[in-house]
Amino acid sequence: MIGRNQSAVISQRVFPASRHEGRAGAGLKPEHLPAILEQANAVGFFEVHAENYMGAGGPPHAALTRIRNDYPVTLHGICMSIGGPDALDRDHLARFRTLVERYEPALVSEHLAWSTHDNVFFNDLLPLPYTERTLARVADHIDEVQEAIARPLLLENPSTYLQFEQSTMSETDFIREIARRTGCGLLLDVNNVFVSSTNQHGSPMDYLMDFPLDHVGEIHLAGHASREDDEGEILLIDSHDRPVADPVWDLYDIVIRQCGPVPTLIEWDSELPQWPVLKAEADAAQAILDRHADNYLLGARHAVHA
Amino acid sequence: MPSMHEADYAEGFAANLLQAGQGKPDFVVGPNGKGADTRFGVYRNNVSVGLINALTGMFPATRRIVGEEFFRAMARHYIRSHPPTSRLLVEYGRDLAAFISGFEPLAEMKWLADVAAIERAWLDAYHAADAAPLAMESLTAIAEDKLADTRFVPHPAARLVRSHHAAVTIFSANRLEREVGAIDVGTAEDALIARPHLEVSVRTLPTGGAKFLQSLFDGHPLGVAAETALAECPAFDLGANIAGMIEAGAFAGIRQ
Repeated sequence: MIGRNQSAVISQRVFPASRHEGRAGAGLKPEHLPAILEQANAVGFFEVHAENYMGAGGPPHAALTRIRNDYPVTLHGICMSIGGPDALDRDHLARFRTLVERYEPALVSEHLAWSTHDNVFFNDLLPLPYTERTLARVADHIDEVQEAIARPLLLENPSTYLQFEQSTMSETDFIREIARRTGCGLLLDVNNVFVSSTNQHGSPMDYLMDFPLDHVGEIHLAGHASREDDEGEILLIDSHDRPVADPVWDLYDIVIRQCGPVPTLIEWDSELPQWPVLKAEADAAQAILDRHADNYLLGARHAVHA
Repeated sequence: MPSMHEADYAEGFAANLLQAGQGKPDFVVGPNGKGADTRFGVYRNNVSVGLINALTGMFPATRRIVGEEFFRAMARHYIRSHPPTSRLLVEYGRDLAAFISGFEPLAEMKWLADVAAIERAWLDAYHAADAAPLAMESLTAIAEDKLADTRFVPHPAARLVRSHHAAVTIFSANRLEREVGAIDVGTAEDALIARPHLEVSVRTLPTGGAKFLQSLFDGHPLGVAAETALAECPAFDLGANIAGMIEAGAFAGIRQ
């Protein structure tokens, strides 16, 4: 009985209902908080990294509660290690679930990657080979997360820099099959598509044409840096430290034309600019969303009545 | 049974990520037969720089004292010998003070480990559970003959760091980007770190205060804690200590 009472309390909404559909948002950084609080409707929503709010209390929760009163919030997990061979960390999963219950996020996402192995946390999104065996394990892990949070998870496509000899399927085939088996949604990071395709000598358009776009519930955009590989050719780094690159905007335009106004986040995690610079990036995404929204509604109506 | 190759992708990857002088695992390659040394190096760099940056953000005073370049080099040693085991980076760095104590190039800065300990406690206080601090009125409302038996509930954010050096003065002078004057490092200072509301404060406890506060934090009643402090320090001022600690936000309640 106690359990039922608790869940009844949890299901009561504390915050206003989310209106994130068709909106562009920005990653929430404490440095930007004073500037954000001076504006009304600064952006469509804010996204937070779940691990930054897993402390018991203090300024992070005070700030997020303040923001959540005025904006939809989306929750983005970094460290679940869904792509690793180890079992999911039960404590981490419980903390993740607690955040979902506390802040009622509009969307909840995690990465196709691993970050912990053998009790060492590497604090990075590390890659995995794409095989039947890793597919089965990732699907099991996503089932476990979705069961814990009692709602669908959006899985994000990674930025990759290398390949595994063991891989037997493409990333898009792997992701499509994960979505089919688990019913999870997808977070399409368009910058990751561009970075990975360049690094893997593929075409980002081919990747997008092969990607199960009908499962996409959120889009990420970010800036990338450029280095050289062993042979002196371009190797792109998913750095999140600068504006979104022009070819990524072009791809985004194509995706929105195809998918309709999917909520879109600008990620900027280091070399932080002043708030107006980040907001301008979100505004640019919003303009593309708005431009295609009318066409999309028209197209959808035509399709329904056809 | 999975093939060795496949099951061990994380094992093989992880083994080459942190330590010095490691190349790429055999099973990673570039596209179209290209090399993957630089490509694997991206992950190695991400891991090291990410963890070192986390430490530089958590220990700003320590970093300012030894300098950015020295701190990053020391942090590189630390992340290799003490890699994080928690997925929460805010839990990282608990052994850094002990590591500094044993770090030979810093042997002459005997007080630096205590400064790092205060910085780690500052972070604990910042993220600790919220609780209303004990108000002075709650204590003055207690009948005089019951005072000695009164016990104090520690505030979730309150931390105590004892030092044989002027660790609080050094911490405070270096935490902000202010000019640091001459400091007599030989003066012993005990720190009370607290966060009664949203701001973390670090203050120096008066003589005997640390012994007294530790006794209260251990659950002993006021009378026992005061005797313990007086035994160590005859000049211990009970009234001034308790008032200062309540004002700092060291307690969340009292029990009788």
